[in-house]
Amino acid sequence: MRTFYDEISQIAGNVVTVKARGIGYDELAVITTRDRSSLAQVIRLEDDKVSLQIFAGTEGVSTGDKIRFLGHSFEVPFGDALLGRVFDGSGRPRDGRPEVKAKAVETGSPAVNPIKRRVPNKMIHTRIPMIDIFNTLVGSQKLPIFSVAGEPYNDVLARVGMQADADIIILGGMGLRHDDYLTFRHRFDEAGVLGRTIMFIHTAADPVVECLLIPDLALAVGEQYALQGKNVLVLLTDMTSFSDALKEIAITMEQVPSNRGYPGDLYTQLARRYEKAVDFDGAGSMTVLACVTMPGDDVTHPVPDNTGYITEGQLYLRNGRIEPFGSLSRLKQLVNGETRDDHRAIMNACIQLYAQCDESREKREMGFELSEWDTRLLEYGDKFEDKIMNLNLNIELFDALDKCWEILAECFDPEETGIRDTIVKKHWPKKSRRTKAEPQVETVKS
Amino acid sequence: MIGQIKAVFGNMVVAQTKDRVVKNAVGYCVRHDGIKLLCEIIRIRGDSVDLQIFEETRGLKVGDRVEFQEDMLSVVLGPGLLGQIYDGLQNPLPELGEKVGYFLEPGNYIHALDTECTWDWTPKVQAGATVMAADTLGSVPESIFEHNIMVPFGWEGQYTVQSVAEPGSYPITKEIAKLTDSSGNEHPVTMEQVWPVKRPLCVAKRRLLPTKPMVTSVRIIDSMFPIVQGGTYCIPGPFGAGKTVLQQITSRHARVDIVIITACGERAGEVVDTIREFPELQDPRTGKSLMERTIIICNTSAMPVAARDASVYTGMTLAEYYRQIGLNVLLLADSTSRWAQAMREISGRLEGIPGEEAFPAYLESRIADFYERAAAIELRDKRIASVTIGGTVSPAGGNFDEPVTQATLKVVGAFHGLSRSRSDARRYPAIDPLDSWSKYVGIIDPKKVKKVHNMLRRGDEIRQMMMVVGEEGTPIEDFTIMLKAEFFDSAYLQQNAFDAVDAATSVDRQRFVFDKILEILEADFTFKDKDEARHALKKISSMFINWNYAPWDQSVIPESEQQEKSKAEEKNITESEEKDKPADKPSAKDGQAIDRDDFKEVLGQIDQYVQSLLKNSGKAKAEDIPESEEKDEVEPAAVSSSTQEDSQNQK
Repeated sequence: MRTFYDEISQIAGNVVTVKARGIGYDELAVITTRDRSSLAQVIRLEDDKVSLQIFAGTEGVSTGDKIRFLGHSFEVPFGDALLGRVFDGSGRPRDGRPEVKAKAVETGSPAVNPIKRRVPNKMIHTRIPMIDIFNTLVGSQKLPIFSVAGEPYNDVLARVGMQADADIIILGGMGLRHDDYLTFRHRFDEAGVLGRTIMFIHTAADPVVECLLIPDLALAVGEQYALQGKNVLVLLTDMTSFSDALKEIAITMEQVPSNRGYPGDLYTQLARRYEKAVDFDGAGSMTVLACVTMPGDDVTHPVPDNTGYITEGQLYLRNGRIEPFGSLSRLKQLVNGETRDDHRAIMNACIQLYAQCDESREKREMGFELSEWDTRLLEYGDKFEDKIMNLNLNIELFDALDKCWEILAECFDPEETGIRDTIVKKHWPKKSRRTKAEPQVETVKS
Repeated sequence: MIGQIKAVFGNMVVAQTKDRVVKNAVGYCVRHDGIKLLCEIIRIRGDSVDLQIFEETRGLKVGDRVEFQEDMLSVVLGPGLLGQIYDGLQNPLPELGEKVGYFLEPGNYIHALDTECTWDWTPKVQAGATVMAADTLGSVPESIFEHNIMVPFGWEGQYTVQSVAEPGSYPITKEIAKLTDSSGNEHPVTMEQVWPVKRPLCVAKRRLLPTKPMVTSVRIIDSMFPIVQGGTYCIPGPFGAGKTVLQQITSRHARVDIVIITACGERAGEVVDTIREFPELQDPRTGKSLMERTIIICNTSAMPVAARDASVYTGMTLAEYYRQIGLNVLLLADSTSRWAQAMREISGRLEGIPGEEAFPAYLESRIADFYERAAAIELRDKRIASVTIGGTVSPAGGNFDEPVTQATLKVVGAFHGLSRSRSDARRYPAIDPLDSWSKYVGIIDPKKVKKVHNMLRRGDEIRQMMMVVGEEGTPIEDFTIMLKAEFFDSAYLQQNAFDAVDAATSVDRQRFVFDKILEILEADFTFKDKDEARHALKKISSMFINWNYAPWDQSVIPESEQQEKSKAEEKNITESEEKDKPADKPSAKDGQAIDRDDFKEVLGQIDQYVQSLLKNSGKAKAEDIPESEEKDEVEPAAVSSSTQEDSQNQK
């Protein structure tokens, strides 16, 4: 027998309060209005008053509408039938195909016992040199891409999704423009990875509550696959939209805001999601790559700031490139010692020289005199930006390393790169443009 | 004492009861499926009681039963704590993992100490003796320590020992003594006791002024911004500046008996690193695994918030317990900001009037109370023991003006501020030498430290000036000062945490190298132009960096001085183990076989080069002959400086 509750006493924001008894905290319900029905979640219990957050929003909800409680918390069907499908924030198909009938799993599982985690040690090849060489992505890492609104962050995300060697790819889109969603879908289809992709999409036009549910859905499904031994890559975009949805709901719930209107538990809310990234001891792994747009390019804004404290590094996307400074993969040293013996040396040398090139550029802009060394640094900088930092590149790690050697050989002498002799001997290109530099160059340099 | 749930909101529950309830006592909310969730009473208003739940509240219903208890949130104290990995409520995580699998399902609680393991008991008192709380009744060996079994700390007044167990092997639950109080009631004593975490545990004759340096083997800390045993310090810094790495280094090399690591609301991955690495690492002082002197309290960011608040106190209480045994303990809390945020979340749910940035008004006093629990104390039997606290702070936006950093700065004795610009420039440890301070006196004469500090400050001023007027407009004297400051920074303040030798610098070595550096900083070089100056100081600094990688050679300190020093040290720093410096020897684990120079050889090279500079400058003044040989030396300088940066960057 189904019990309906219809004594709605309050409708405010996205929250409806109804009189009911015996309801569990966090329980799911269905509210049926005149023309549609929506899922809702219990967010507050007080005596016989149950406050529910309506996923589809409260437009058109009347005080006489019926609410039915489902007796469980938010669930998502899980099974291989999900592959290649697209769902919305309530877990309903948005690709026009029928609902998935499969065993349901609860979202928002408890934290993983740290004892059951493994120290990550598997590199994820993305075929983007700025990631593979300089900020290596490691299986089970949680890494955000900090970016300004206009940057091609979704593009980078899509490319990583297509090129990365993951068993399952899950895309969680929050506040996406509809075009972006179609682009993702199109590109995944083109690359032939749609068959191992699951998408949970909330577009900017959808109800705000559903935005909050996207990461939970994506991560719950990913976690199940990881427990089955699969290596899962979860792509989330854009976590700032998620945080803004949190803010909106918190303020309607009359919570005390802490920093720029965001709720005091923003860190906890973000951490609970990002921390789902895991390398299970004895099962698979889940890697999380997330986009965080920085309002006003301000990294101290609460969302990127809190994110930075949670994640294992960050990639800065600026002027269509991944910034070599500031970008950091905290886990890279776990894997980049085992790729090729010159990986670390190249990583350090290229960045140091690029940093020096930056100084020379500054000198040039200030109108100071340029030495021969400066001009070579400038030449190097241009080549490095064009041949390595360029995001359109799609090359293997080893090829990318070779390309770095080429550039170095074109601009410098071996000892100027500061790379250890043994490595130089092994990798320095035979036909370098510059043979031995004239002695006076040495003195200028010092 | 039973109540009923009236309201649920986040991790807050309001219960109704007619029974007597104790504020801050714990209780259990019983979910309809029988799972009991631990909670704490944080407010009582009439017959309604506000509870914070240490677990997820999912599934709780109005009308569910709440069972209240008398006791406050407490930890179990006794032998067997060392080497354990606990969650914020002192549940052993390995056992939890065995019992419930991958996830920390709510409602699972396991006794903190192994009740089956036996300990070799040696009684220290005889029947008939009069004892008080915290007096030693006997001891068991734990790791390398003698773990004293004491009269429970909470017992008031005097007791007479009625009986004591014979020497033998007993589990912790065994009654090892029976005491009678003044009115003749019998009280059994076992090896374990409980103590409420939020109440400071300190039974001492008196508190001492902490003066004994706590050596961390990190040069910039020990030499410039020292910490003392029983003192407090904080490490604020933006994300990515290396707070956690610094804490990890400290936890490995700190010259204390016991290290307690509280990972409070931070990444699980970092704890995993420690959990997996520490059992493999050797404690340089004892030769045993580092884990045997470590306790890890781990409440990572994904775990329930209320337990995060509890975790710092749990760590604190365990630290105080080992201090009571007579040991020097270091408590590392990473990060106290997460703890403060937990307070903010809880007070927000209680609808308290928010203070700055919505933190509760009691934030400052809570932080102060916490840090004040650190102390060096003289126990009743005259032994000296201490708890040192090092807390990291994660200020929002890296801005130190926020409430948690400011409240912490008011109550700590040393401030190691990490700066984004230093970490971006890969200058690790990224402690800002200009902003940081310490109120303690360390291993280097404060007068010398002051000198160096002034030079750093002056160097920075010149560098800023130079950005405006250019190199051309800077006089060579100023330019040299700037270079010297830069030299000190790169040769001494920066340290490679991932090199087996450079990671830890012993006290003797720090003193020796510091003096050498001071010699150079004060030397009166006269360079004919800026290029020469830059070249010379670059070369010296690359020599020093090579020197840092060379294993320490105790014999550079003259015998007589060594003896003198060791005498002085016994009074000051009782670091007799320092003598054989095992930390300085490259371990076999260091895979990359780096060719290490000989300490004395490099020293000779440095002396020779500096002498030649001094002579040259004299000569240059007199004869004004340009030095030609010097150019040959460009290469080695460039190469060696790069190897240093190479390894610096491995971070």
